[in-house]
Amino acid sequence: MARLLSIIALVIVWATAAALVHSRMLPGPLTVAADIVTETANGDLPYQMACTLARVIVSFAIALVLGAFAGFAMGRWKRVDRYGDPWLVVLLNLPALVTIIFAYIWIGLTESAAILAVALNKLPNVVVVLREGTRALDPGLDEMAQAFRLNGRARVRHVVIPQLVPYFAAASRSGLSIAWKIVLVAELIGRPNGVGFVLGSAFSLFDLTRILSYALTFIALMLTVENLLVQPLERRAQRWRQRA
Amino acid sequence: MKTFWCSHLKDEPNAGANALELRIDSKTYLSADGKPIEVIRGLALRLEAGSFGAIMGPSGCGKTTLLRIAAGLDPEFRGMRCVPPSQRLGVVFQEPRLLPWRTVEENIRLVLPAAEQGIDLAALIDTLGLASHMAHYPGELSLGLARRVAIARALAVRPTLLLLDEPFVSLDEVTATQLRQEVAALTQRERITTLCVTHDLDEAIQLADHVFILSNRPAAIVLDRRLASDELARNGSEVRSIREELRNALAGSNGAMSSPEA
Repeated sequence: MARLLSIIALVIVWATAAALVHSRMLPGPLTVAADIVTETANGDLPYQMACTLARVIVSFAIALVLGAFAGFAMGRWKRVDRYGDPWLVVLLNLPALVTIIFAYIWIGLTESAAILAVALNKLPNVVVVLREGTRALDPGLDEMAQAFRLNGRARVRHVVIPQLVPYFAAASRSGLSIAWKIVLVAELIGRPNGVGFVLGSAFSLFDLTRILSYALTFIALMLTVENLLVQPLERRAQRWRQRA
Repeated sequence: MKTFWCSHLKDEPNAGANALELRIDSKTYLSADGKPIEVIRGLALRLEAGSFGAIMGPSGCGKTTLLRIAAGLDPEFRGMRCVPPSQRLGVVFQEPRLLPWRTVEENIRLVLPAAEQGIDLAALIDTLGLASHMAHYPGELSLGLARRVAIARALAVRPTLLLLDEPFVSLDEVTATQLRQEVAALTQRERITTLCVTHDLDEAIQLADHVFILSNRPAAIVLDRRLASDELARNGSEVRSIREELRNALAGSNGAMSSPEA
């Protein structure tokens, strides 16, 4: 209830400010809503959203899978950590924009370059979170699995992954919220479609209504993904905690 | 450091009768500052098939280390560990070590080989009083129940060698006595070779037919006492005399702990 009231208050403040300024530099909520309806009706908004969402999902999935393996290896074996840590520090401090520029220059203005750039940007964050998760694995459970001669697959499935679920959830939550912002930059610079491309076009025309309609719709989409996918999956994986 | 896995024991006297044979010339750990600490030195232990051995000794002398070596969980020692090739191992750790995200039934079945997933565990579950808890998660159980689940898990694999690390510690006396009786009945009935670490003299006398008393670090066996079942059955004075003998040996090993040389 408090959240709803807070959002309503924000919309009222925005509408009041837009009415007072009365300028195309600050379109009101109704103007933006009308633009969303128009863009949805002509199919442009769903198409651009789908392009961006697909890039977010593919690039983040790559970062999550590779980051999970790398993070697990670094958390498990000190030697791997010693060798991998300097690379991790470099990647963590590399600005997203630099990665995107390098990817476009080296690979070309292609889909794979954009996805690779975003995945490389998210990879170190996933590695850091999963490395911590692996370091926190319960050695007692590992020893139990060893004593009862559980095979590698059973150990990973029943002993390791359930302990890493909270870390996967944390990496997904922070990762998705940042990944889509990086995707927009990659689209702005070098893709012919997607929300970032539309925002770039609107910027050149000073079309703030279009910028707000696309930005707000994408925020709503990402919140929906968080609420309808990430949180239910996390709750399902953690349901034993609720009963304990 | 060398370890040996003997596939058979035909060269040993009474070889076919031994379910576990350990010879630990030396077992060392590295301390936090990198110095080696010798935990066990010159320890030899033999357990016949179907027998119940109890390990006793001062706190921190290396009993759990010995059990981990017996389980094959710690290969970093100088000596040898011999077990029959067809050995099936069941372990009950000091803590239940159950998977909190799996129900009681899933925890027990998890350790079964794929071909045995369908076996009927009802008799074991009933014996250990777990029938009404099979759908519960470990977080919903008391410590006593969680220990029962850990024991059920170890017995579910139909072990030929069962290793117990203070399985009844921190339980109330009624529960501990009941569990002791259940474990004793099960291991006797199934002729499971068992090695149990305990601090409880009465528990050792009640359960074991072979008591090993360890000295303080570096641990070695200072008393290897067989307890014949008829010896215990004779009368109370026999039991009292065994208890006294074990108590004296324990006091001696504890006394060594305070000695500067130890």
